[in-house]
Amino acid sequence: MSPVVTRRRIIFWAAAALFFALLPLVFTQSFALSMLSQMGIAIIFALSYNMLLGQTGLLSFGHAVYFGLGAFFCAHALNLVGAGKFWLPVTFMPLVGGLAGMFFGLVLGFVTTRRAGTPFAMISLGIAEMVAASALMFTGFFGGEGGIATDRTVGGAVMGISYGPQIQVYYLIAGWCLVCIIGMFAITQTPLGRMANAVRDNPERAKFVGYNPTRVRWLMMTLAGFFAGVGGGLAAINYEIVTAETLGVMASGNAVLMAFIGGIGHFWGPIIGAVLVTLLQSALSNYTQAWLLYFGLFFLGIIMFSPGGIANLIMLHKPVWQAGRLKRLLPGYSLSGSAGLVMLLGFFAMIEMIYHLEAKEAANKAFSFFGVTLDPTRPSFWIGTLVVLAAGVAMFYGTTRVVKRAWDDITAELQVKGVV
Amino acid sequence: MEFFLITLLNSLSYGLLLFMLSSGLTLIFSMMGVLNFAHASFYMLGAYFAYQTGLYVGFWPALFLAPLLVGALGALTERYGLRTVHKFGHVAELLFTFGLAYVIEEIVHLIWGRAPVDYRIPAGLDFTLFTLYTTQYPAYRGFMMLVSVGMLAALYLGLTRTRIGLVIQASLTHPDMVEALGHNVPRVFMLVFAGGAALAGLAGVIGGNAFITEPGMAVAVGSIVFVVVVFGGMGSLTGAFIASLIIGALQTFSVALDYSMLDLFGKLGLSVSPHSSWHGLWSITISQTAPVMPYLLMVLMLIVRPRGLMGTRES
Repeated sequence: MSPVVTRRRIIFWAAAALFFALLPLVFTQSFALSMLSQMGIAIIFALSYNMLLGQTGLLSFGHAVYFGLGAFFCAHALNLVGAGKFWLPVTFMPLVGGLAGMFFGLVLGFVTTRRAGTPFAMISLGIAEMVAASALMFTGFFGGEGGIATDRTVGGAVMGISYGPQIQVYYLIAGWCLVCIIGMFAITQTPLGRMANAVRDNPERAKFVGYNPTRVRWLMMTLAGFFAGVGGGLAAINYEIVTAETLGVMASGNAVLMAFIGGIGHFWGPIIGAVLVTLLQSALSNYTQAWLLYFGLFFLGIIMFSPGGIANLIMLHKPVWQAGRLKRLLPGYSLSGSAGLVMLLGFFAMIEMIYHLEAKEAANKAFSFFGVTLDPTRPSFWIGTLVVLAAGVAMFYGTTRVVKRAWDDITAELQVKGVV
Repeated sequence: MEFFLITLLNSLSYGLLLFMLSSGLTLIFSMMGVLNFAHASFYMLGAYFAYQTGLYVGFWPALFLAPLLVGALGALTERYGLRTVHKFGHVAELLFTFGLAYVIEEIVHLIWGRAPVDYRIPAGLDFTLFTLYTTQYPAYRGFMMLVSVGMLAALYLGLTRTRIGLVIQASLTHPDMVEALGHNVPRVFMLVFAGGAALAGLAGVIGGNAFITEPGMAVAVGSIVFVVVVFGGMGSLTGAFIASLIIGALQTFSVALDYSMLDLFGKLGLSVSPHSSWHGLWSITISQTAPVMPYLLMVLMLIVRPRGLMGTRES
């Protein structure tokens, strides 16, 4: 067995820490800073979800339950500190969320992990619905519709850190994010992590080796609950309010989207997914009402054409890059990329025109689309958009052949050399 | 007594509606191993299609047109969506339907807006069927039950008495053998998927105007249908039927009961001070717990009997 702590890994994680520390120096606006904080939380959430889906093969639709409960417990702990009934530095407050998530992972996991595969997916959904419905019932703990408000500065200033300014909260999130990433990566290297993979691939054989698949799933669920809870605790500190939506089914669906778009087959896949989804959600929602539709279609596209997610797309290029043939793909990629852009432009214009036509309250239905004014009430604009869309589709299909030919050539060459 | 009988009738019509949804879901699941997350979305589309076509041709033609349209959409989904994803495994198939549900909801937003649409009970059915004690029972509820039972009988006869039904049944257990005998199993899959979608669509047509036609209706009913299928046992039609009636009754009755533990304590001569920390818990009424009940029942069933009421296999 190779050593777990190698010099390469130490250098890598140190570089990651430096990267996190330097990010706010590059992105100085307050908008970017709160987005970075959001991304850190999303990364923990998506990675903890992938402990279930990617590593143990458990397709959960209720992961936000542990995230949300962690957030609620953390918010209450903060309020208790404020009332002087409890003492814990705010820096370690996410641990409260983590322990809460772990506890509920242990309890609910006992019920859910007795089954795997599709039944597990349904049961996790049922549990999520149950918790979400209970949250609106027990208004004392969950605060009903309004949620639970809290104050992250209750600890006062410790060595000048009061967690009042967002930059301090960012460093708190970044620190915990790094600790969680390292922790979750370390788990993949343990015998438990390996057994989780075995249980995912072939539970019967795992049983023959002498491991109880149910117990392995349960343990992984508990650990995933812990990390999700830490993420939830950070969310409570970051937003200073926790509502029942935090543990709802939509939030759980978000974890699925982030992990799958990023790629569940690689440890770092969900990190890409979390960053991308957070970026899309806050950037797109500023510009268009239809962003959820684009987002859903993007997800469907990933499933249908690249089920390994973005991580897999990147890893496909690794042997080509190592063989120094990446630039042979460039002409095809730039051609089909620009054709795809035309196609997308036509498609977006189409959807936006339908949306603006349906918006009944506006008297003037014309709107600006990338600097061009489109008027959905006039047929000429529909014809124009259709022409752009059709031309884009035709060009895109034509140019994908160029890409495919380049790939076939490279693959053949690599096969001759024995690389692939 | 009056309350009990009326609520029983209501729960029966709701339970039968649930069965129209869960029967398609469980058939698709036992055949293809695909849990269709978009099933409730087809239910929603049924309601919206009936509303839209009803504007032009009236309710009665829409009753037939809307399920056919939804069925055609189902066939397209299977042929061009699921069959492409099939080679990537069950998780990808499941997530495909999950993403599809998402997209369908957004398309409904896009076309019909976020507010509920005015999909009404047809004037021909808007009268009182009978009066029980003092409560008037609407004819449309009776019509819903009639359609559901008719569909149930047609489904049963279709599956057991027709040639295609026998092929479907054989494909459930021995797809390779059926293929070897010269039947086109992928086409049978497509047919079953389309049929399940059409059933969900029909449920939407008759349920949409009885309840409410809005973009959130798929999410609201979707998870309940999952509970029904898990509770009844995955892949069992009989189990789905019994579970539909039980869950339907549970939901309808618990919504109507406005008692809490405090009332019980009051009957026993006990009183809880409003300052006690448990007062909040005891004052929750049964109707408030209604949304949680089905899920609680499902969790209990999973602990006691993991394969469900009538399920034959563990997973």
